[in-house]
Amino acid sequence: MARYLLPLSIFIVLAGFLGYGLKLNPREVPSPLIDKPAPAFRVPQLHAADKTITPEDMRGKVWLLNVWASWCAACRQEHPLLVEFARRNVVPIVGLSYKDRREDGLAWLKELGDPYVLSAFDLDGRVGIDYGVYGVPETFLIDKAGIIRHKHIGPLTPEALERTLLPKIRELSGA
Amino acid sequence: MARRWLFALLLAASTTVLGAEALPVSPDPELERRVMAIAEELRCLVCQNQTIADSHAELATDLKNQVRQMLKSGKTDREIKEFMVQRYGDFVLYRPPMKTTTWMLWVGPFLLLLGGLGILLFKLRLRTKRVVDEPMVTEQHARARVLLAPATNNQSTTESI
Repeated sequence: MARYLLPLSIFIVLAGFLGYGLKLNPREVPSPLIDKPAPAFRVPQLHAADKTITPEDMRGKVWLLNVWASWCAACRQEHPLLVEFARRNVVPIVGLSYKDRREDGLAWLKELGDPYVLSAFDLDGRVGIDYGVYGVPETFLIDKAGIIRHKHIGPLTPEALERTLLPKIRELSGA
Repeated sequence: MARRWLFALLLAASTTVLGAEALPVSPDPELERRVMAIAEELRCLVCQNQTIADSHAELATDLKNQVRQMLKSGKTDREIKEFMVQRYGDFVLYRPPMKTTTWMLWVGPFLLLLGGLGILLFKLRLRTKRVVDEPMVTEQHARARVLLAPATNNQSTTESI
């Protein structure tokens, strides 16, 4: 009996680790930007090429930065939720049109609704690199002082919104 | 003969195609060499088991451009890697630094190897001890003698046929 004890315990430990590993999503690489100031940028607005937008404009507010593109299928999946969330007027959502053509982005917003208070236009993806974007859509939660507090990789889901984002938003807005 | 010519022609055609594909992005080969050297060290986050040198994902191309630009503006290799880590985390490095969160990654395989060797040595020692500790009894000796005895005539004749 005792001779089986060692292999058995090794097996249980291994199975435990592997089982835990199955639940992790290797696509979700934790961002080193959490709790760091949101990288500065100044880019043209999507709707008005002659106007610019910078994160400084949102100083003093808790806000979401949503990175999206019209060529991104997961963004289309996420979009109705954003539109609905924007209607609830909880926090302002700023859009970042990532590596997209201006006319494509505008057509998309016209067709599917525009949840954004402002839309930034990042044609060459330079802002995306500064924010460590590697898979659109991505959503950043930024606090009143301009610190990134949370990053959601991939399309937002109702669960992620209710269970993770909203509690954090409440916490940040209260303070 | 004609077939051989055709083959040569196809071969020539294929090399021109390859040559066209491998055109360097910038005319400075030394710069390209440095870009690739750094790109070999960076993980592509879209296709996670490739370096950005290997990957054709759009992000990888963008990051290679970023590296190229930073090199042109006189940044050192270390500064460029620092730039990437600040944005994408240690995960972007194929050789992550030794820290409290990564020491298991570096030491783990060697710990496993040592553990394995330890178990092997332990088992081997146990086995030799067991062989020495159990002397053969007389009946076993007798049985062994019978088994080892020269083959009978019967068997040797069948063998020769």
